[in-house]
Amino acid sequence: MTDIQTYDHQEPDVFTQDALGWVPWLPPLEEADLTPRHWEALVQKSRSKMPYFMLLARDPDILEYRTRTDLDIFFNPDAGLPRADREMAAAATSRFNGCIFCCSVHARFAAHHSKRAEEVQKLLDEGVSARIDPRWDAIIDAATALSATPSTFGAEHVERLRATGMDDQSIADAIYAIAFFNWANRLMLALGLPTPPAGG
Amino acid sequence: MDVIDTLAGLAPQAHMRAARPVARENAQKSHDALFAPTGEDMMPMSERLAVAAFVAGLHRDAPAMDYYTGLLEASDAAALSPTVAEAVRSGLAEGPYGAYPPGPLSVEDVPGPVFQADPAGLGPRLAAAFDYAHLLVYHPRDAGRAHTETLVAAGWNATDIVTLSQLVAFLCFQIRAAAGLKTLAANL
Repeated sequence: MTDIQTYDHQEPDVFTQDALGWVPWLPPLEEADLTPRHWEALVQKSRSKMPYFMLLARDPDILEYRTRTDLDIFFNPDAGLPRADREMAAAATSRFNGCIFCCSVHARFAAHHSKRAEEVQKLLDEGVSARIDPRWDAIIDAATALSATPSTFGAEHVERLRATGMDDQSIADAIYAIAFFNWANRLMLALGLPTPPAGG
Repeated sequence: MDVIDTLAGLAPQAHMRAARPVARENAQKSHDALFAPTGEDMMPMSERLAVAAFVAGLHRDAPAMDYYTGLLEASDAAALSPTVAEAVRSGLAEGPYGAYPPGPLSVEDVPGPVFQADPAGLGPRLAAAFDYAHLLVYHPRDAGRAHTETLVAAGWNATDIVTLSQLVAFLCFQIRAAAGLKTLAANL
């Protein structure tokens, strides 16, 4: 019988830039269980310390290809959207879908790369109706429209992104970042729950 | 064939995907890992295709509905197609909705339907997967321990729950990536 974990901690109940933890409902693999294929699928060896990736390692193929998709969308520095804006797209998507854990991670990255922690906090405090500046407002509104089911993303969203100086590659990066977080948010929300900041 | 290109109606050389070749390749490999799996003792293909057709239908995304319904109807599980179509009709909603942990965010809680598939046509195991897929598509912030319990009680083991979650969540990515790129391509 499959064991389902029970937790009694107070679940984080606000959007925050603090570093939260995350724990899974289902048992992750243990390092002793890992075959060479599992190690390859983790992509980065340090991920064997993280229960999220060790749970996803139960299906190594989709874990590996998910991870490589993620890394190219967010870390490939060749042209396109600045990293801070890609992270803003991830944070806004997570804020809209309601993933407190994902939002905390990518709000921190957005704040770090933009040096604008206070403006990022506006998104967390006010939600996707927060108004910051033309570029981040266009990213937030694109994230909201494309994350809605069904999608309401249209020509006006492309035009508003373009009006902030984005070229086709930058707009494609925003689309990828938003779309990818519709994947990530659902895994994080479904497979476990966040834990409070260490010492918090 | 690249499925995002197909859903978006893009030529294989479309310039807006050229600078992210690894994402392009691995988004397709993700699709193939879910819909042409090579492992043994994994989530059955009939269940994968039925859930995919259901998820595409819940998105009301015509290219994805055509593609995934086509895969289902060309498979050994083709007989499920009318049941899936009926589940889509009864499950349509608008997302995201759902509740936050009780506290300051409770003012943002948005009510919405909780889907219950008819196990008569799908069987209890696939019906539980449809309920879970509906949750993830439309109101993922409602997901909790009880939803995992329901899957386990319906015969889902931990590995198959990971695969099912990846499948539904991946489609939420793929459908949006294609729809977004299609809109971009029409507004260059």
